[in-house]
Amino acid sequence: MYFGLSEEQSFFKDNVKKYLEDNASLDQIRKIAANDETSIGKEIHQGFLNLGVNGLLIPEEFGGLDLDLLFAAVVSESLGACVGPVPYIAPYVMAPSAIMAGGSPTQKENYLTKIASNEILVGVGFSEFIGSRNDAGLTFTDGVLKGRTMFVMDAQVATHFLLADKLGQMFMLDAKAPGVEIINLTTVDKTRQYAEIICKDVPADLLELSSLSTDPISRSIDAGRIMLAADTLGASQAMIDQAVDYAKERKQFGRAIGSFQAVKHMCAEMVSDLEPCYALVWHAAHCHDSSPDEAKLMACHAKAHVSEMGKGIAKKATEVHGGMGFTDLLGLHYWFKRIGVNRQMLGSPELVREEAMQSQL
Amino acid sequence: MDLEYGPEYQDFTKEVQSFCQKYKGLSFTDGSKNLLGSSGGSGGSEMSRSEWQKTLIESGYFARSVPKEYGGYGGEADILKSRIIAAEFSKSKTPGPMGGQGIDMLVPTLLEMGTEEQKQAYIKPTLHGEMIWCQGYSEPNAGSDLASLQTKGELVGDEWVINGQKIWTSTAQYSQMCFCLVRTEPDASKHAGISYLLIPMDSPGIEIRPLVDMTLKPGFNEVFFTDVKIPEGNIIGKRGEGWAVANATLGHERGSLAPPDATMNRVNMLIHLMKKETLDGRPLIEHPIYRDRLMQIQGKVLAQQSHALRLLSAKLNPGTDVKIGKMIQKLTGTELRHELEGLAIDVMGEIGTLYEDSPHLKNDGTWQFIYMYFLGLIIGGGTSQIQKNIIAERGLGMPKEPKIQGA
Repeated sequence: MYFGLSEEQSFFKDNVKKYLEDNASLDQIRKIAANDETSIGKEIHQGFLNLGVNGLLIPEEFGGLDLDLLFAAVVSESLGACVGPVPYIAPYVMAPSAIMAGGSPTQKENYLTKIASNEILVGVGFSEFIGSRNDAGLTFTDGVLKGRTMFVMDAQVATHFLLADKLGQMFMLDAKAPGVEIINLTTVDKTRQYAEIICKDVPADLLELSSLSTDPISRSIDAGRIMLAADTLGASQAMIDQAVDYAKERKQFGRAIGSFQAVKHMCAEMVSDLEPCYALVWHAAHCHDSSPDEAKLMACHAKAHVSEMGKGIAKKATEVHGGMGFTDLLGLHYWFKRIGVNRQMLGSPELVREEAMQSQL
Repeated sequence: MDLEYGPEYQDFTKEVQSFCQKYKGLSFTDGSKNLLGSSGGSGGSEMSRSEWQKTLIESGYFARSVPKEYGGYGGEADILKSRIIAAEFSKSKTPGPMGGQGIDMLVPTLLEMGTEEQKQAYIKPTLHGEMIWCQGYSEPNAGSDLASLQTKGELVGDEWVINGQKIWTSTAQYSQMCFCLVRTEPDASKHAGISYLLIPMDSPGIEIRPLVDMTLKPGFNEVFFTDVKIPEGNIIGKRGEGWAVANATLGHERGSLAPPDATMNRVNMLIHLMKKETLDGRPLIEHPIYRDRLMQIQGKVLAQQSHALRLLSAKLNPGTDVKIGKMIQKLTGTELRHELEGLAIDVMGEIGTLYEDSPHLKNDGTWQFIYMYFLGLIIGGGTSQIQKNIIAERGLGMPKEPKIQGA
């Protein structure tokens, strides 16, 4: 019996983290956030792909590494820790996962091979299935997609989109196809990109099995939620580490502020909240691959619970820094915002908990 | 990640299952109703509590790794087997062994630090439930600051003469013995002046006064010592080493106060209750707000259960760093259990306030009882605030509060 990361997984996690620390410093992230130099983002993305990230989950027969979801989760954790400004969850976890579960043999062969070889980058938009806002919606008739969908992840850099309708049918389309309009949605988190996509009679390829049941899209959403939980886990740990270091250094009333119980208790509460989240995320990732009966429940709870813990940590860690925590100077807000956006994407905690309840009734 | 225990453990699981099947519905001839939920069933075989304790030891389901010569089973320590036993007993509602502070805290201390003579004398009767112990640690003026305790022990000839008062002493009225922290070296520094003494409770000069707690049960006692005399040899460790001896077992108590599997059993009981009970004729589980609160708690308990697996794995695979992971258990486990029991009360509303032998009581009134009982556990065994100090100072390396002169 062994519960935890394997040596390979720990190594991979550290590798991704080291790459990001070396190549995506806070200075670089600031430039990306300010939209000053778009080339920086591309370079960081290319280096990230060189680690083998795009083929992580894809079976070997299509040129991938065929690793389990826990591997993908540790990558996400490192991205959260470093507020990594690269596309990841949509193109390299959710899209492959959706295609593996919902694609016909031809569709799998076609798309998975191209994702593994980095020929295509797939942005993902499942919001209309999870919970439609602003009356958005897509309809699919005679091979043609109409309507609009919100919060498509990584749409700006995508060559293709994988979009879903209310029924959970998934459609692959060319980002450059006539009739596709991409509208940038600016969120508080400038390290990742979201867009609204309007389709005016765009030809689309329906993932075959997704018209028969919602299992394929559900599987992809579960994987995506576990990734978001892992991202928040990494980001929360980074905020705690910064807060604890700051509280040991910063002096007021002639002593380190970390010696005051008001401050040290906040730090103790943060670690007590976060520590069990590691096990929950790992366990959820493990169940996703190995325990189908528990997979849905664990993915929902990982997403909802880590989001709740992350929200509290983001607030407390900022407060421990006092006024400095509130400034752009320190840059703590990049983590705060990352955690805030993770919480809402692919279902806010209340929506996800309702799914958890339904999965056991 | 590999959550399988392996084939030898599958056989062991079957063995435990068939044992549980055999004693399903066991009831005790001397058993009383237990609001914490470990009382026996009905319609099965009957025996006394101590006969059951012996049966469990002989079968290797209790005191498994305690050597035979001290009254244990004499098997290899095996964490997974212990876990299987606990899980199967809980699943089949087979009554577990008697617990108590003697078994949970004194026996491990004796095994680690007792003399051969002490081991021979005390371990067997304690394990067999024939010798009950109480813990004499806290005093009216030594609570969170336990090391400031003032109960005095003076060596006069070959006897310790003890004077002072202990408080929060559970089971003192039933106990044959007390393991007690006593200041024997008044000139030494605070922590270095304490010894760990073993006091027979029938010694002249001991007075026990029950202390009724908010559950309205006399869960604790005050114990007064006036010129109580015990033999010089009734000491574990050397003079002045009592603080270290006590600390070796305090960690054990902190971990075992609120195991997440037990909390999950209560979550499942609550789900059952919410399906059955109604508000305006509608099952409570259909009310979105109660339902959401239920799911919030379930998420927290799942996180703690997964965390417990991680800690279990760390025991089996030495070298895994889970230092902070262990430190947070008492704080998070007791707080969560209290929160869960409180949710059940909220869900029941006015019905949730019923207590004792009132009509319309649900689940024997256990929700209110445990809700209050766990507030006691949040405070006892190192308050939540003390736990946070420990986590921050020992876990995160944060600076201590400056010391006040003379304190």
